[in-house]
Amino acid sequence: MSVKDRDPLTGHQTTGHEWNGITELNTRVPRAVWFFVIVTHVWALVVWVLMPAWPLVTTYTKGLLGTDQREEVQESIAVANAIRDDWSSLIADLPVDEIRADPALMAPVNDTAHALFGDNCAGCHGSDAAGGPGFPSLVDDAWLWGGDADTIMETLRVGINATHPETRYAQMLAFGEQGILPRDDIRTVVDYVQSLSGTGAPADRIAAGAEIYATNCASCHGEDGTGMAEIGAPNLRDDFWIYGGGDEAMFETIWGGRQGWMPAWEDRLTVADRKILTIYLQDRAKETAQ
Amino acid sequence: MMKFIRTLLKPFAAFFEAHAKTHYRLERHSMGLTVGIIIAAGVGGFIEIAPLFTIDDTVEAAPDMRLYTPLEQAGRDIYIREGCYACHSQMIRTLRDEVERYGPYSLAVESQYDHPMLWGSKRTGPDLARLGEKYSDDWHVRHLVNPRDLVPESVMPQYAFLLEAGLDTDSLPDRLAALRAVGVPYTDEMIANADSDALGQAMPDTERSDGVFERYGDETAVRNFDDRPGRLTEMDALVAYLQILGQLTDLPEQTQILPEE
Repeated sequence: MSVKDRDPLTGHQTTGHEWNGITELNTRVPRAVWFFVIVTHVWALVVWVLMPAWPLVTTYTKGLLGTDQREEVQESIAVANAIRDDWSSLIADLPVDEIRADPALMAPVNDTAHALFGDNCAGCHGSDAAGGPGFPSLVDDAWLWGGDADTIMETLRVGINATHPETRYAQMLAFGEQGILPRDDIRTVVDYVQSLSGTGAPADRIAAGAEIYATNCASCHGEDGTGMAEIGAPNLRDDFWIYGGGDEAMFETIWGGRQGWMPAWEDRLTVADRKILTIYLQDRAKETAQ
Repeated sequence: MMKFIRTLLKPFAAFFEAHAKTHYRLERHSMGLTVGIIIAAGVGGFIEIAPLFTIDDTVEAAPDMRLYTPLEQAGRDIYIREGCYACHSQMIRTLRDEVERYGPYSLAVESQYDHPMLWGSKRTGPDLARLGEKYSDDWHVRHLVNPRDLVPESVMPQYAFLLEAGLDTDSLPDRLAALRAVGVPYTDEMIANADSDALGQAMPDTERSDGVFERYGDETAVRNFDDRPGRLTEMDALVAYLQILGQLTDLPEQTQILPEE
């Protein structure tokens, strides 16, 4: 069989192979395919010249446009910073009261606060800032270290028990594990502490608990149980509980101790960021109180 | 339209003819076809390999770059084993929105000691390149035990079993030695003490932990990561690894313009 054979129906050449009378067409690549192959190759040549492309031995061709994505993103950030600088430097410098009084500054605060909170704080404190077991609610009246703007700013900056060198440090001792209090005493003092926020218990247990409290707990939580914000010792009379106020949870707290950890944000968030969050949190707490 | 394309292709008519003929001839000579395939594959191979010629130009110099400790490396292996990379990337791209959300864009040097790298491209969850020290150890443990306890809308699976699974430290010296073979500068001392250092990093204020500081630097995070003293679990290792992400060098923060709000 000759390789020049043509298929009578299509007029195309055949490959010359033949299997039991079946032959194979040697159809050419369609013109349309060639068209796109050529267009894309020409485009590739243009891009090779314009953009960084060819590796040479010690460097690479930089391209006529001199495009550098790192420079591009740096420029766009610098431009955005310059635009935001109208208000961000004011927010960083002014006290919170003056920012609140200026609607022109409160507009960007309100625009950015929720996203900032969602990206950085909501993981622990929840997207509604109401906290959860082990993570304090930020919308109640109870502030471990104090709820005024400067204190919140400082807590955000250095964190609590964090890796920052100036971090706030606080620890609730493990009274049970360390053998300071036996189990029964812990149960008694739990009853007493619960009575501070209004839960009833037999009078004799409360009296016994008060004694244990005075020797072991009062030095941090205060004789009256109102806590000490300057050392991060929580108020025990306000019925806000980070780790739960039930019998079991409180026993666990006193038995095993507690040491929360809030990360330090000085390296991640700017002063303006942290002030925006402070204003946001104070406003959320106020809204919830109403 | 077709007429236009035809006019456009007319000058190439001779080329098409020649291509068809060459192809026809080539296909009928097995040796010729083999040589042709080798050349075509060689071009592809060259294009993949050639960028490595400029690797010294691409990877930045970071003198403060530290190594993964054995515990962090073990955590990294668990991260790979559990397929975390399938949903989390570790590569902040050079785009403004990414830098605004996650922090400075990733540099090549940050994954210098990553074998294999875990840059990824799929983000069912967020990018993790700068996760280290963003949340507390406790948060990570609870989040891994049940992500929905902390992030109600999360679709991440639960990894509570990591708390129960003891960490295999016996193989750590071999794993470090294997990494040294591909260019990670672990010393003989680091390899010899790998299992002890893994234990020490989760046992603060012990002799073992002193060795970790000595070999891996004073900034190493030595903590009981899963808050269960006395037992080294896979949870310890994974949390130690998550807490080091983005913390190996300060170069990105030092060299980039960062967003200010």
